[in-house]
Amino acid sequence: MAEVLVVVEASQAAGVKKVTLEMLTIARTLGTPSAVVLGGEGAAAQFADKLGEYGAAKIYAGEGEDVDGYLVAPKATVIAELVKSVQPAAVLLASTQEGKEIAGRLAVKLDNGLLTDAVALDADGTATQAIFAGAGIVKSKVTRGLPIVTIRPNSTTPEAAPATPAVEQLTVQASDKDKLAKVVERVAEKKGSRPELTEAGVVVSGGRGVGNAENFSLVEELADLLGGAVGASRAAVDSGFYPHQFQVGQTGKTVSPQLYVALGISGAIQHRAGMQTSKTIVAVNKDPEAPIFELADYGVVGDLFKVVPQAADEIRKRK
Amino acid sequence: MNIVVLVKQVPDSGAERTLSASDNTVERSSANNVINEMDEYAIEEALKIKEAHGGEVTVLTMGPAGAAESIRKALSMGPDKAVHIEDDALHGSCAVSTSKVLATALGTLNADLILCGSESTDGRVQVMPHMLAERLGIAALTGARKLTVEGSQLTAERQTDEGYEVVTAATPAVVSVWDTINEPRYPSFKGIMAAKKKPVQSLSLADLGIAADEVGAAGATSAVIEFSVRPPRGAGTKVTDEGNGGADLVAYLATEKFV
Repeated sequence: MAEVLVVVEASQAAGVKKVTLEMLTIARTLGTPSAVVLGGEGAAAQFADKLGEYGAAKIYAGEGEDVDGYLVAPKATVIAELVKSVQPAAVLLASTQEGKEIAGRLAVKLDNGLLTDAVALDADGTATQAIFAGAGIVKSKVTRGLPIVTIRPNSTTPEAAPATPAVEQLTVQASDKDKLAKVVERVAEKKGSRPELTEAGVVVSGGRGVGNAENFSLVEELADLLGGAVGASRAAVDSGFYPHQFQVGQTGKTVSPQLYVALGISGAIQHRAGMQTSKTIVAVNKDPEAPIFELADYGVVGDLFKVVPQAADEIRKRK
Repeated sequence: MNIVVLVKQVPDSGAERTLSASDNTVERSSANNVINEMDEYAIEEALKIKEAHGGEVTVLTMGPAGAAESIRKALSMGPDKAVHIEDDALHGSCAVSTSKVLATALGTLNADLILCGSESTDGRVQVMPHMLAERLGIAALTGARKLTVEGSQLTAERQTDEGYEVVTAATPAVVSVWDTINEPRYPSFKGIMAAKKKPVQSLSLADLGIAADEVGAAGATSAVIEFSVRPPRGAGTKVTDEGNGGADLVAYLATEKFV
């Protein structure tokens, strides 16, 4: 079976991200997955066990300062060289900002088509994409070259398929043109044990109705009780209640969790764009006419400052 | 500093959007078309840099004749001039061939800084800045929530899932921005009147030396083979809190096995 390259999304702190395990699972329907680890020295060794557990038959390691110290371009160069030498059946990347950016450069380098934000991928390379804020569904194909496809987190359930991958070190040859955008500092702004927003099975989001930054502790408390991530609407972010990287919606993140809880969010189209493909949607809002109730599987019309603490107590009682 | 801002006209994301039944491209004829919202932040950033460092701001748009309306709107915010790449053969172009057209036009504009929004609200593909940088052999600083210009040195804060990265490059460079970077100005009446007289250069594929079959549907590297409208979510249960709303909510979550 042909190799399928899976470009690993991982970080030192979080380890291998769930979307990578999803990509390895999807890759097995197209061929034999090979994981491509691009990062600092020792990255491949750090992630090898996990990648093997989910079916990586081989690991290609492109490591070092030339890959880790610059934005995107060196990674695309390493992958392009690898594509030329192994002739894979497809290249899968995560539908994150960086994953899409690498895919874009790769497509230009190889004069090849690309598809972004796929939620499913068939064995023949046909991708399913949710478009227009989840209002439409398209099936698409790359018509020139091999399928280069970015996979949206929470597209499938990762399935283990243990393998013992050999690690092959790649020669990183980044040109001067690949090293024009230098990363001088990486700053972690918000720590904590919560799952990452786009990968979480449960997301609890707060909107304008939360009222201020301090009150977001209520949103965080419910998220923690449900083992979920915290999100925020644009109105809440614009009002300074919560940082932008947690914004769900048109100009923020798109999430598709099993459970989405909207607290004090009216459900403007801008917000719906980022969450309406969630499996189950629950809303609390004091306005019975709020559009969020058109989407909600279960909605409570009421004061979130009464409903949420009571719900939190009830969850603690049941635990 | 010579700044070019990429501006895309898109169907209003606040209204219903669809694909054309005939060729599965974005339906523009029936839609209310507007400037891609994120591009307004790129225009604002360009104007701020011009105000601080001098120079000229050019709007670059690829799109059908109707995009002229969005170009005038962009100019009314303050840019000096515009270039409109317009050719019937461009209809149905994929990202890869779009980047070829834009890069070719940018090659004639001699920009120190190319600014654009981080993504468009129609495709949300996010690849264009890096595709252009790849073709032009220049730096790309993407996803900026803050941009500092010192001489030819650019420093940006790039938003990440964990926080941010500080990234640097020398001009010429492409920089894409998020909506956290600034607050776009509203066009003044004077700005709107002035925009009517600002020069808009029209470029065809022939002007750019690109063959018609390299772009549009003929040159596309990917194709939509099927489009369907997602069925609306069924109406759920709506209860009014009468003192037990939180407990009822948890009871629902328990039946769905979330608790």
